[in-house]
Amino acid sequence: MALEFLTVYWRDMLRFFRFRALLFSSLVQPALWMAFFGVAFTGTISQLGAPASAPPGALYVPYLTFMAAGIMALTTLFTSLFGGISLLFDKLWGLMREILASPMPRTHILIGISLSGMTKSFIQVMIIMLFGIVIGVRFFVGASLLHLAVSILGILLFVGVFSLGFLFMSATISMRMESPESLQAVITLLSLPLFFVSNALYPAEAFPPFLRVATAANPLTYVVTGIRYFAIGPDFYALGGHYIYSLMDVGSALLALVIFALVMFVVAYWTFEKAVVT
Amino acid sequence: MESLLSEPIIEVRDLSHSFGDVVAVDSISFTVMRGEIFSFLGPNGAGKSTTINVLTTLLPIQKGEVRIAGHDVATEPALVRKAIGIVFQEETLDRDLTVWEILEFHGRLYSMPRDERRARIDEMIRLVELEKKRDVLIKHLSGGMKRRLEIARGLMTRPEVLYLDEPTLGLDPQSRLRVWDYIRQVNREGTTIFLTTHYMDEADSLSDRINIIDHGKIIASGTSDELKNALGEDMIYLETDDDAKTTGILRSLPEVKDVKPSFKGLSVTLNKEGTKTLPVILDRLKEGGIAIRSANLKKPTLDDVFVHFTGREIRG
Ligand SMILES: Nc1ncnc2c1ncn2[C@@H]1O[C@H](COP(=O)(O)OP(=O)(O)OP(=O)(O)O)[C@@H](O)[C@H]1O
Ligand SMILES: [Mg+2]
Repeated sequence: MALEFLTVYWRDMLRFFRFRALLFSSLVQPALWMAFFGVAFTGTISQLGAPASAPPGALYVPYLTFMAAGIMALTTLFTSLFGGISLLFDKLWGLMREILASPMPRTHILIGISLSGMTKSFIQVMIIMLFGIVIGVRFFVGASLLHLAVSILGILLFVGVFSLGFLFMSATISMRMESPESLQAVITLLSLPLFFVSNALYPAEAFPPFLRVATAANPLTYVVTGIRYFAIGPDFYALGGHYIYSLMDVGSALLALVIFALVMFVVAYWTFEKAVVT
Repeated sequence: MESLLSEPIIEVRDLSHSFGDVVAVDSISFTVMRGEIFSFLGPNGAGKSTTINVLTTLLPIQKGEVRIAGHDVATEPALVRKAIGIVFQEETLDRDLTVWEILEFHGRLYSMPRDERRARIDEMIRLVELEKKRDVLIKHLSGGMKRRLEIARGLMTRPEVLYLDEPTLGLDPQSRLRVWDYIRQVNREGTTIFLTTHYMDEADSLSDRINIIDHGKIIASGTSDELKNALGEDMIYLETDDDAKTTGILRSLPEVKDVKPSFKGLSVTLNKEGTKTLPVILDRLKEGGIAIRSANLKKPTLDDVFVHFTGREIRG
């Protein structure tokens, strides 16, 4: 049986739940972010598009709801970008040698650590959704139970593929770096542009053309599209913009994320096969 | 014992490994027989760990050929990994797991079936006497306990070859003796041991065969006795009731190189291995009607051997 990756998964989750402080902060942080950021901005930004100006048939969406999808995506981005760091620590503390000297195929390290990173993102995303709804995010409005289930699965699908892509990237960087500081530097360098050149917290439609190209190349854009489609709906009005997502839009967004994840997997696979750790 | 040692389990031919300009291992060749305790004795930086890293597939083969348990390290690394257990020189335990979890993780890495794995974990914890620490986090164990746990972990999968890279580094004398006991016990049960150390007494008391390694080369190898005898001239100190007559008898023996009076008797220099010659000498003297009050064989120590071959003390 080729299920040894579950061993790596088991150990990483064990550690995740063992460190209460880390667990607590990883759960509370996104909720706090959402509470402060969302509440602070909702007052000012919502004036941009009053409910009255919504086109007929389009659902009016307040900023808090619009932003919640973005916070879910950004939280997943950061968690995933740092998800590979345990590999770096294993490497530095010599623990990786035990694993590399074992008969377990090296891809299983990659798969195990990525699945546990994905699980952590799922937990965070569910918490943000729950907490968001409590503080007034209007997700899944009027959805039947079946519709709700499908929507949540859809969100998890997008979040899952998106997080795997960045987890593979993070694993690759971790295996190539020599210190946590350099990993931190690389990730900060990566995450800032991703963060700003996306539709996560504000509409990207008003960007100048070269930024729009960057937005189209940013996986965040696609995961946010997917989350909004499933959480809010295919046709809504927010921040003075009218959003219409066809099934085609959503399908190609998912395809873009799958391609991104596959490319990252290949790069990570290659890195692991060649890894020498002594 | 001879029959056990008939089949090669590690075959190394012309192995070299460099890090940039540093030649860590310099075309060494050796064969380890199944059931042996085979050791590398050498100072810091001699190339012991590098050799182990290549033999355990952690470093790629740059030059040379290595076969472990019938598998080529270069082309069948997965089969090699299945056949071996390793205790690394540096600590490689996750500080945030418990003793039991460390072993559980290891058994799962090697795809041991659940029931076998659980039974084996209990057995290993008993072997290294960590029953009371079973559910204690590694960060709360002493250095000796951690080392014992690493040995248990290395043994857990019943490897054909167990590599021990300086297994008693930093342990107190009591823990060292205990670790030696485990090593002997495991070896008696059939596991071949590849040991590196820079302790003379460790190499001396554990190994069937010792290889002195320095600057990446094997500069001498053999059993502890062979190495010491290679220096020649074992000495026997004798006290008898008739030194003159004894001298006469001894001078006529081919095994004896020279006889000199010494502090309280006679000092006899030998041409041949002392352990085998001493009984012959004692027999001859008895036949000659001489009463022997004391006989003391002084063999060169491994320290003498090391200094002889490397030209310096091991601490240097
Ligand atoms: N990863 C590495 N990069 C560069 N040089 C290395 C590396 N590992 C070992 N060396 C060098 O190779 C030589 C042999 O080192 P090795 O660790 O094999 O020695 P050793 O016999 O195990 O010593 P010790 O008793 O100190 O553990 C040394 O000169 C060392 O500096
Ligand atoms: Mg070493």
